[in-house]
Amino acid sequence: MSPATTLYRGHEGMWMWVVHRTTGVAIFFFLLVHVLDTALVRVSPEAYNEVIGSYKTPLYAIVEAGLVAAISLHALNGLRVIAVDRSTWALRHQKQLVWWVWIGFAILMLGFLPRHLMHAFGGA
Amino acid sequence: MMSTAPELKSPRRPVSHSTLGRAQRWSWIFQRVSGVILIVLIFTHLFVNLWSGDGINQIDFAFVAGKLANPFWQWFDFLMLTLAMIHGANGMRMIIEDYAHTPWLKATLHWALRISTVVIIVLGTLVLFTFDPCPADAPASLLPSLCEDI
Repeated sequence: MSPATTLYRGHEGMWMWVVHRTTGVAIFFFLLVHVLDTALVRVSPEAYNEVIGSYKTPLYAIVEAGLVAAISLHALNGLRVIAVDRSTWALRHQKQLVWWVWIGFAILMLGFLPRHLMHAFGGA
Repeated sequence: MMSTAPELKSPRRPVSHSTLGRAQRWSWIFQRVSGVILIVLIFTHLFVNLWSGDGINQIDFAFVAGKLANPFWQWFDFLMLTLAMIHGANGMRMIIEDYAHTPWLKATLHWALRISTVVIIVLGTLVLFTFDPCPADAPASLLPSLCEDI
């Protein structure tokens, strides 16, 4: 059976759209959990410290890195979407702008990851 | 081999902002305006809490209480909470519209989204503004340094 005819072209813009949706959904569910865990400051210092303590484990350090990555990508691509909506130049160069999103993302992660991983694993 | 997609012809009816309808237009504008503000708020939040100082290791009750004792951070967090929840819920609403085609499923998801959004905004706001950084019955070692003066 051949795949159904599709309008998807599989180019940069489409993949960035997929990235924007998946990171958006992931960030939304994290936000729900994050408000609930922070709400524990209203219960007691002990309750908050115990739950936030589990965020300082190696597994969660990786999850947090993924979260910062998701936020960075969603933020930079959001700016690209606004630019493409507002300017004909950006519309004409939207594919090129996808690569600028990835470059900006790489720069942000280079600034964040080493420091975060040192905090999480180096005890610094 | 993937079949070739048909060439796109121009839409028969041109899509303009005025055909989107008032609610859709506001949703569209809100998503963009709140997005830009959220970039500033969330990157500041991440920089202060996760990058500066001891990063993830510094986060405990004393750290959060020390911040939330300051009205600046209370209002900062309130703005971040409400904008992020509405921005996120608006995005989720569009995703439900795109993928949930059965009427009962669509209705259930929309209501679940509305209820959880209101609950989280109300809960978060109550915590931010009714919070006591120096609870009387807590051990002093867990409290921010500002509690020593009281």
